[in-house]
Amino acid sequence: MQIDLDPLFLARAQFAFTVSFHILFPAFTIGLASWLAVVEWRWLKTGDERFKEVYRMWVKIFAVTFGMGVVSGVVLSYQFGTNWSVFSDKVGNVLGPLLGYEVLTAFFLEASFLGIMLFGWGRVSPKMHFASTVIVAAGTLLSAFWILSANSWMQTPQGFRIGADGLFYPTNWIEIIFNPSFPYRLFHMVIAAYLTTAFVVGGVGGFYLLRQKFVPHARIMFGMAMIMAVFVAPLQLLVGDMHGLNTLEHQPAKVAAMEGLWDTQRGAPLKLFGWPDQEAEETKYALNIPKLSSLILTHSLDGEVKGLKDWPKEERPPTAVVFWSFRIMVGIGMAMILTGVFAAVLHWRKRLFETRWFQWWCVVLTPAGFIAVLAGWWVTEVGRQPWIVYEVMLTAESASPVGGLQVGLSLLAFIIIYLLVFGAGVYYIARLVQKGPGERTQDAYGTHGVDKPPIVTDLVAESGGEHV
Amino acid sequence: MFNFGDVIDLPLIWYALIATAIFLYVLLDGFDLGVGILFPFAPSDTCRDRMMNSIAPFWDGNETWLVLGGGGLFAAFPLAYAILMPAFYMPVTIMLLGLILRGVSFEFRFKAEGRSRRLWDYLFHFGSLVATLTQGMMLGAYVQGIQVSGRAFAGSALDWLNAFSLMTGVALVCGYGLLAAVWLIMKTEDITQDWARKCAGYLFGYVALFMGLVSLCMPLMNDRIRELWWTLPNFYFLSIMPLSCVVMFVLLWRSLHHQYEYRPFFLAQGIFLMNYIGLGISMYPWLVPFEVTFRKAAAVPESQSLLLVGTVIMLPVILAYTAYCYYVFRGKSSHEATY
Repeated sequence: MQIDLDPLFLARAQFAFTVSFHILFPAFTIGLASWLAVVEWRWLKTGDERFKEVYRMWVKIFAVTFGMGVVSGVVLSYQFGTNWSVFSDKVGNVLGPLLGYEVLTAFFLEASFLGIMLFGWGRVSPKMHFASTVIVAAGTLLSAFWILSANSWMQTPQGFRIGADGLFYPTNWIEIIFNPSFPYRLFHMVIAAYLTTAFVVGGVGGFYLLRQKFVPHARIMFGMAMIMAVFVAPLQLLVGDMHGLNTLEHQPAKVAAMEGLWDTQRGAPLKLFGWPDQEAEETKYALNIPKLSSLILTHSLDGEVKGLKDWPKEERPPTAVVFWSFRIMVGIGMAMILTGVFAAVLHWRKRLFETRWFQWWCVVLTPAGFIAVLAGWWVTEVGRQPWIVYEVMLTAESASPVGGLQVGLSLLAFIIIYLLVFGAGVYYIARLVQKGPGERTQDAYGTHGVDKPPIVTDLVAESGGEHV
Repeated sequence: MFNFGDVIDLPLIWYALIATAIFLYVLLDGFDLGVGILFPFAPSDTCRDRMMNSIAPFWDGNETWLVLGGGGLFAAFPLAYAILMPAFYMPVTIMLLGLILRGVSFEFRFKAEGRSRRLWDYLFHFGSLVATLTQGMMLGAYVQGIQVSGRAFAGSALDWLNAFSLMTGVALVCGYGLLAAVWLIMKTEDITQDWARKCAGYLFGYVALFMGLVSLCMPLMNDRIRELWWTLPNFYFLSIMPLSCVVMFVLLWRSLHHQYEYRPFFLAQGIFLMNYIGLGISMYPWLVPFEVTFRKAAAVPESQSLLLVGTVIMLPVILAYTAYCYYVFRGKSSHEATY
């Protein structure tokens, strides 16, 4: 039986699925680790038990998320080889050491000290425990540093030469690691992770305030999250704008797709909404704001913005995905800034913790960061197509010599297992939120779970001893 | 651009480093996966809680060695990585899915109650079992050789599946089971420990049997390996490995029956080490047997130099804090950990 499956398409679908799934977890844990460090520091500093209880609640959520992040990340480190072996062979000299450094400096650090962070209470001093939390937080940031450096090099490659054998050879490591788009991407992503966490924590705090449960703890969560919304959300707009200008310089085709602009023009309008049609080479039903695109991108009303028609058809990214993802990301960013504005006004009126509609608003925005992070990555990853290494190597020339059936089956398996794992993860996190902070009579961790364990040894336990 | 390639033999150093990383993975994640293999056979839920708690602080770090193995291979020997991964497309994918299921079970199991906890108990078991089986099968297929043409894998999708690889798969399941049993003897007490001692006794026999079989098959399947081991004077030097293996097996057997708690663990690790060295000698200098040597697969000296700097600095640090973590969680594990 001959099944006609396009291995390249399936490999791309598989990578898109597994990497999109994976990024949800680091986006949350990078911010959560740093926030937990701050909470624990407040506890050590003030001795206020509420901080400890908030920490103990969120560290469980951290553990669930981190676990899912680890297992979905291991997959990626092998997928470069299984699905993209030609790419691995050609760029291994350049990208390999970067990923190697990520494992050596970040992964071991996070994985080892996570054990102490979770199970170390009572085994190490509070200061050592705090140090472990800080080390885990530093590990998440180091990991972001290396992986974003590698990704950015693929977007804006430099510091290499291509040998007669078609392989990439490094010529300058500083140029490779600190490539032009790296600083912008790094700050944009780390801030995005911090905001994602802030809105989850703020959403949960808002939920408790609405229900009038765990109010003392909820005020800590809600208050700290709103500080992030007030100060960091506007900062993200600034960093995002700088990142966009950097993209305009190095990947103008991506920006043209983000803008849905087909003809190069001076005084280009900003298309608020519309439907980019790849075949017809136009953006249909566009709602234009005159000259705004030129103003944002060139900081002048009559600046020239390049349109997609400047590139041959086969070198244009799939425009609709980029165009819409970009609007979703920016829209959520604006909602986050608006949240900060509301929070500042309510705080000034001394009603920050008592305004019900605002608590609802924050509950609704709980998943906002995740959606924005996904949308942002789709903008940058789809927007650089058809290139895998920008303007040097095509995605179509990178795939492994494996059959479509293998790739298709494994994609199916990944989808089934990931949906199971993701569903269970969300369910257990929701349960942890339901339980809330503070001590309960029976902690689920370490208890037997079943009402009456049936087996021999437990009869012994019942008769008084601890002989297991 | 710095380059130590003229001063030291970079490919050889990296060959040794990757081999070490993979061995540390086998040692550390071995008992960890093994606990999953033995999991449903434990006498009670409380025993299972203890077994889980004995590895819960470590599993994450243990699995990172697998990432180092994959990432290190990509960095130091990209050609080998680019050939081996497509060759093992299916077993690698199945292994990863197994590792996912068992990895999340650590977190989910302790949060689940009643029947859904049973679900995670079994997914922990099957995930560990499948991951181990596929690792063993890949090892079996690896030593039989990989078909290569040019710079790419040229075999077919199911090359890794045959009787020998199935045997090595089952062998590794028993091996990891043994490592887990001796780990549990060290980390638990009372009923759990007694049961682990019994398990170790059974698995001991199977491991010895499979090691004998594999040692017999390898020289029969491959002329080069036969010549390597069965010619003089090689024979005198190389026989140290099987002989010390036999000695350690005897010591292990005695220590299992003399209520020792730590000795079985280190003896079992020693047996694994001897087998691994033996395997390494047989496979040298091939990285993709029997087509690509480690020299041909090596990344350029500039890349290997850069990563070597980081490794020389970071590897001792990693080993130090890994040891620190094992020290923090020393002693017997409880069934009621808190976090």
